[in-house]
Amino acid sequence: MTYEQRLLEIAANNPDLVVMTAENRAAIRTLPLTLGPRFIDVGIAEQTLVGSAAGLALRGRVPIAHALASFLTMRAFEFIRTDVGIAQLPVKLVGAFAGFLSEANGPTHQALEDVALMRGIPGVNVSCPADEEEMLDAVSSMVDDRAPWYMRYNPRPPAWRHRTPFVPGAAEIVTEGTDVALLTYGCVARECYHAAERLADGGIDVRLVNMRTLKPVDEAAILAAARETSLVVTVEDHFSVGGLASIVAEVAAANHVAVRLYSIALAGRWFKPALYADVLECEGFSPEQIASRVSAAYAGRHDARGHVHA
Amino acid sequence: MTQDTRTSLLERAIRVRERIIRMSTGGGCFIGASLSCADLILFLYTSVLNVTPDTTTSPDRDYLFLSKGHDVPALYGTLVEFGFLDEMRLSHHLSPRDSIYWHPNRAVDGVEFHSGSLGHLPAVALGVAMDIKMSGGSNRVFVIVGDGELNEGSVWEAALVAAARRLDNLVFIVDRNEFQANVRTEDLVPLEPIEAKFGAFGWATDRINGHDFDAMERCFARVPFERDKPSVVVADTVRGKGLASLERRADRWFVAFTSEEAAALIDELHGGAAAVVESSVRMVR
Repeated sequence: MTYEQRLLEIAANNPDLVVMTAENRAAIRTLPLTLGPRFIDVGIAEQTLVGSAAGLALRGRVPIAHALASFLTMRAFEFIRTDVGIAQLPVKLVGAFAGFLSEANGPTHQALEDVALMRGIPGVNVSCPADEEEMLDAVSSMVDDRAPWYMRYNPRPPAWRHRTPFVPGAAEIVTEGTDVALLTYGCVARECYHAAERLADGGIDVRLVNMRTLKPVDEAAILAAARETSLVVTVEDHFSVGGLASIVAEVAAANHVAVRLYSIALAGRWFKPALYADVLECEGFSPEQIASRVSAAYAGRHDARGHVHA
Repeated sequence: MTQDTRTSLLERAIRVRERIIRMSTGGGCFIGASLSCADLILFLYTSVLNVTPDTTTSPDRDYLFLSKGHDVPALYGTLVEFGFLDEMRLSHHLSPRDSIYWHPNRAVDGVEFHSGSLGHLPAVALGVAMDIKMSGGSNRVFVIVGDGELNEGSVWEAALVAAARRLDNLVFIVDRNEFQANVRTEDLVPLEPIEAKFGAFGWATDRINGHDFDAMERCFARVPFERDKPSVVVADTVRGKGLASLERRADRWFVAFTSEEAAALIDELHGGAAAVVESSVRMVR
C-alpha cells in the first residue's frame, strides 16, 4: 500500500479528513481526482496553507497539510505556533524532503531544525517514521489523535520487519544489546540498522532503538539505554541542537541519570548538496562510517564534544 | 538589432541550452524551467547588465537575482559563455566536492545570492535597491521571478514597499511559462491579469515574448518605464523552449535523462530529429 492509498482509506472512513498541499503533490498525485472537494491545493503559499488549515479545523475538519519540510516548518512557523498551536487544533502537518532527503537541493531546502522547532511548540507532537511501512501506521495514528502533529514524510523501504505496533511515545527496540545503544529516527534508521549489523560482527553488542515519535518521546527507553548500556549514540539527519541528542540530554538530566552520550548529527553548517548516497558518504552517515564512528567512541577515543581522535 | 547581433545571440542560445541539457543527466536538473528563461538571462548579460567577470564585486555593478532559483542551469550556461565561470565546473554538477547543484549559491562565480525558497529575493533585491538609492548610485537591480512564485505573499509585500519607496532602479522579470511544479498556473491559482495586478500596486509594466531578442531589446532600452516607479516585465515564455520533445509538458519539469537521451536532445537542438525520451520525472515536489 502506498501513502496516498492509505490517505484514501482514511478519507473513506473519516468524512472530516481534508487533504491539503502547497503545491507539493509528489506523494498525493492521484488524490485530486479521488477526493474531489476534499483535496485543497492553495498554491505555493505555506502560510496560507497552515492558516486555512486552522480555519477548516475550526469548522470540525481534520486537515492533513503537505509541503516541503523546510518551508512548512520555517516559513509558516508562526502560523503553526499561533493558529494551530495556541488554539490546539487537530491540524496534521506533513513535511516532505526533510533532512538528507532534500539531496542536491541545497541549504534552502534542508530541514535540519524541523524537529527542534515543532517540538518546541506546546501541544504539537512530532513523528519521524523510519520507512514507508511505518509511515502508513504513523499517519493513521496521528489522524486519530486530537492533537496537532508534525510528521517527517519518509518513503524509504523498510530495512527490517517491524515487530511492534506503532504507538505514539513508544520506541521500537529493533535489536537487544548492552554495549552500545543506538538511538535514531527517520530515513537514517536504515543506515543505523546496517551499521548495527557491522558492529555486531565486530563483537559490539548494539541495542538499536527506533524512536518513532520524538514528542511524546519514550523516556523509559532513553533511561533504560542510559542505565543498561555503556554508551548512548544518537544518529539523526538534523542539527545537533534541539534534536534527539538534546532530547536524550534533557530526559537524562530531568531524571538525574548520568549518560555517556555521543551525537552523530549535523553541527555548525548545512550539508553538502548531492545525491543521497553521496550525501551519506560525505557527511559520515554511511553504515560503514556510522559503525566506525560508534566503535571509536565506544573505545573511548572521543572528547566531550563528540570529536573522535584518530 | 543588427543581423550580426541577432545571429550571435541565437548561436550563444544554442550553446547555453546544450550546457543545460548536459546538466540534466546523472541526478538531473529542473530542465523545463531553465529552458524557459535561458533567452532572457542570455539577453540580460549580452545587452543589459553592466557587469563583467572583473566587476562582480563592484558596488556600481548591475545586479541580477535569480529568485525562482531552479533555473540556475540557464545562468551557469550563460556565465560560462561570458567568462564568469569555468566550463569545467559544470561537469561537477551534483558532486559534493563542488557547489554546482539544483539551486544557486554564491560559491559559484557570478552568482549574487542563493535561492531555492521562493519569494525571498524580491525582498533581498529591495534592500539592495534601497541602498543604491541612499548611496546615490545609478546601477540597477533585476530579479527573475517565476510565475508560480507569484503565489507567495512575500513577493507582493516587497512589491508594495518598492512602490512606496519609488524604486525605479528595481526591475522584476516574470518568467511567465504558465506552469508550476505540477500543474498549469491558471488551473490552480489564476494569476492573470498580471500586469494589472502590478499596475495596481504602483509598478510600471510591459509584456513581451521572452524568446524574442528584438522585443527584449526594445523593452529593456526603456527601463525604467516610468520615473519613480519600479518596473516589471512580464515575459511570456515556453517551458522546455527549444526542444519540441519537452515543450509545455507538465511531466518534464525536473528530469534526469540518460546520456543517450541527452545526446539525442542535443542533436534535436541542432536541427536533428525529435528526441525520444522515456526517462520519467524524478519526485522532487
